[in-house]
Amino acid sequence: MTTSLNPRFTFETFVVGAANRLAVTAGRTVAENPGSAYNPLFIYSSSGLGKTHVLMAIGQAVKAIAAQLNIEYLTLDEYVEAFHAAIAAGQGDAFRRRFQNVDVLLVDDVQFLTNRKEMQAELLRLTEALQQAGHQIVLASDRPPAEIADLDERLISRFSGGLVVDMGIPEYETRVAILRRKAEERGQNFQPGVLEAVGKVEFPNVRELMGALNRLIAYQAVNDVPLNEEAVRKVLGIPTVDSSTAASSTVASPTAASPDEFSQFLTDVTATVGKAVEAWRARVAEAVMRWEGEGYRTGRLEKLLHQDTPAAVDEVITAYVQDVERLKALEAEVAVLDPQAAGDKVFRDPDEMDAAEAAAAKVRDGAAPPPAPSAAFALDGFYAGASNEIALNAAREVIAKPGKKYNPLVLVGKGGLGKTHLLNAIGLELAKKKNAVVACLSTQQFVDELIAAIDGNRVDWWRARYRRATAFLLDDIQLLGGKERTQEELFNLFNQFLDADRQLVFTAPAHPNTLEGLEERIVSRLEGGLVAEIQEPDKDLKRSALERLLKSQRVSADGALLDYLVDRPVESVRTLGALVQRVTEAAAAQDAAVSAGLAREVLEGPPAPRPTKGLRTSGIVVSSAGGVRSREKMVWDWPAAADRVIEELR
Amino acid sequence: MSLVNFTTREITCKIVYYGPGRSGKTTNLHYVYGRVPETRRGRMVSLATQTDRTLFFDFLPIDLGQISGFSTRFQLYTVPGQVYYNATRRLVLQGADGVVFVGDSQARQLDENIESLQNLQSNLLEHGVDVRAVPLVMQYNKQDLPPELILTPPELDDALNFRSVPSFPADALHGTGVFETLKSISELVLKKLATGSPTT
Repeated sequence: MTTSLNPRFTFETFVVGAANRLAVTAGRTVAENPGSAYNPLFIYSSSGLGKTHVLMAIGQAVKAIAAQLNIEYLTLDEYVEAFHAAIAAGQGDAFRRRFQNVDVLLVDDVQFLTNRKEMQAELLRLTEALQQAGHQIVLASDRPPAEIADLDERLISRFSGGLVVDMGIPEYETRVAILRRKAEERGQNFQPGVLEAVGKVEFPNVRELMGALNRLIAYQAVNDVPLNEEAVRKVLGIPTVDSSTAASSTVASPTAASPDEFSQFLTDVTATVGKAVEAWRARVAEAVMRWEGEGYRTGRLEKLLHQDTPAAVDEVITAYVQDVERLKALEAEVAVLDPQAAGDKVFRDPDEMDAAEAAAAKVRDGAAPPPAPSAAFALDGFYAGASNEIALNAAREVIAKPGKKYNPLVLVGKGGLGKTHLLNAIGLELAKKKNAVVACLSTQQFVDELIAAIDGNRVDWWRARYRRATAFLLDDIQLLGGKERTQEELFNLFNQFLDADRQLVFTAPAHPNTLEGLEERIVSRLEGGLVAEIQEPDKDLKRSALERLLKSQRVSADGALLDYLVDRPVESVRTLGALVQRVTEAAAAQDAAVSAGLAREVLEGPPAPRPTKGLRTSGIVVSSAGGVRSREKMVWDWPAAADRVIEELR
Repeated sequence: MSLVNFTTREITCKIVYYGPGRSGKTTNLHYVYGRVPETRRGRMVSLATQTDRTLFFDFLPIDLGQISGFSTRFQLYTVPGQVYYNATRRLVLQGADGVVFVGDSQARQLDENIESLQNLQSNLLEHGVDVRAVPLVMQYNKQDLPPELILTPPELDDALNFRSVPSFPADALHGTGVFETLKSISELVLKKLATGSPTT
């Protein structure tokens, strides 16, 4: 089923020229280190340029080096055939096992994978299995992986993951060298200049070149007279070249020397260096070249090269690569925080990992943390009620899907209604998410920081602090009014956050479009999200707030007390808190229990003294639902009737 | 001169063509120069007298490109053959990684050959180098001359090659043996890589 390797196809019989040197060198390397050098090796070239030769040469070379290895050469068609036969015989698993045990798999004509989905899947599976087991795969095709029509993306990436090399049409020198070698192999002698004349014809591939040689051999066999240059032209139908080039060609091709001496020399030297420079040195040197090319310092690897027989070369390279990856990660992280610091060469030296980590930490510390939300404002502590239902729901949505639903969220309402509380509560909740960096601060602080940054000439650094945040919460944006530079900065930040779907939350005392001194572009962006209004607290809200407040003061809330306090006219929960504070403090001072009466006494003053010193009260009883609101507005002490002047009666 | 520089990942081979005057050292270089693609070779520096004798030295750098991750360069030098340029010879010989002794096959030049070989030995010693430690190949040039004028390679081996280093009959003018010689010395030089090469 599998084609056996043709013994004539070895590296020794392959004429190496500039067009195929890379492929041959890669092939040799693979043969010497199967599974570790380039895996898979993908060779492509037009037909007749020696793919099959190289493929088989790899097989032969592996066999010569390690006879115990299991080598399999087959064309894709053979592979497909074998697969179908195995499936038909119900031996699919045996088929898979057979190929998984191959140490070096050489597959020719891979381009025939086009339109063979099931074979692609099979080959993908096999490639993965072989690669995992460290077995070598070499593939040949007439076109690069990406150009094989209808080829599975995963296969393309697998194939391209090793080394993809092409083989070109041999140039003149190589063509002549091929002709010479083939003529020699067949024991044919040609007159000087004959093979050179053939070599000048640009055959599209080596097969046709061989065809031409065959014709010459056949022609020479039937004619007793050896062919000369002119006869060759006739036989092959080559137009006669003009005398000047013909003359120069005879000069340039001395009889004793072949024109590709240099190529041959180069190949020999390459082989010698390859032998002399041990494989590990080559690996290290290649790693050095690669990483140096990317701008990393390679001192650690270079040190290896100076040693005679260093231990664990591959481990050192792996560790080095890991360090480089870490540096890349650090640099990327720093780039977000401080673009200038990212260019630091400390991120290019894997031998100074500590310095890089320290530098990154410094940037991180310098940039971090943007002001965080205050822990005092937990979401649990926010009093919910009809008056703030919309805002609270919006906040919950924002917490659940930051950046996705309401972005930005603008909380609007008068002072003391809990905007700041809700803002911080959102911040706290968002900060609980993984890798979250929540910036939560007042506009005043934002402005002050910017001024300080401008003063200290580190605006970039300041910007970076906020740019790395995953959410940006700004309290009291009305303070931005008239501060153009801050608005400019906010505008840029705003756009960045919106683009990256990162959450923005703001608070303002009134609808953004009524705020003074705010630029239109900011207002329109604020309006673009959700503007949620928080109303003055309703009774339910007040009641639940009171219950909680009293509880926190360890005061049992009896109905009368609650009723009394709920009825107190307050503008916000904050004032309510102050009321409770006053009452409880007074209770503590008098060492009395908190009750409705005490509350009234504290909040409305002591009850009016009963008539004393001839003074009389009006006798008005203030109802709890009464229209008289404050103690100050009450006339408690009325003059005696005799002292009253009633003008009408006069 | 360092043969292998691991820091810059360069292999630089300095090969010096040594031999008596008019033995064909420069011709060797010229032939190599003609075979190396333009992109691979540097400018051949040749300082010659009006009669085409090498006055100072020839220098031909060849870039072999990346080999096993090493950028590989060959530097071919010739020394002036005439006896009175010994100072130059010694200078050129400094830091040589390998020496090609280009002998003149003509029978009447045998003494010059021997003299030049002795000169090579003493000049190497001046650099503190034992001739036995330096990669060396012999090239017996002008083998295309009529047989009655020249000595055969075995005869020359007997007369000159007492260290039994690789030797090559050559016709440098037409290229015979030129690349064989170069290849042989390159291999000898590069083999030093494997056996712990000098890095300074």
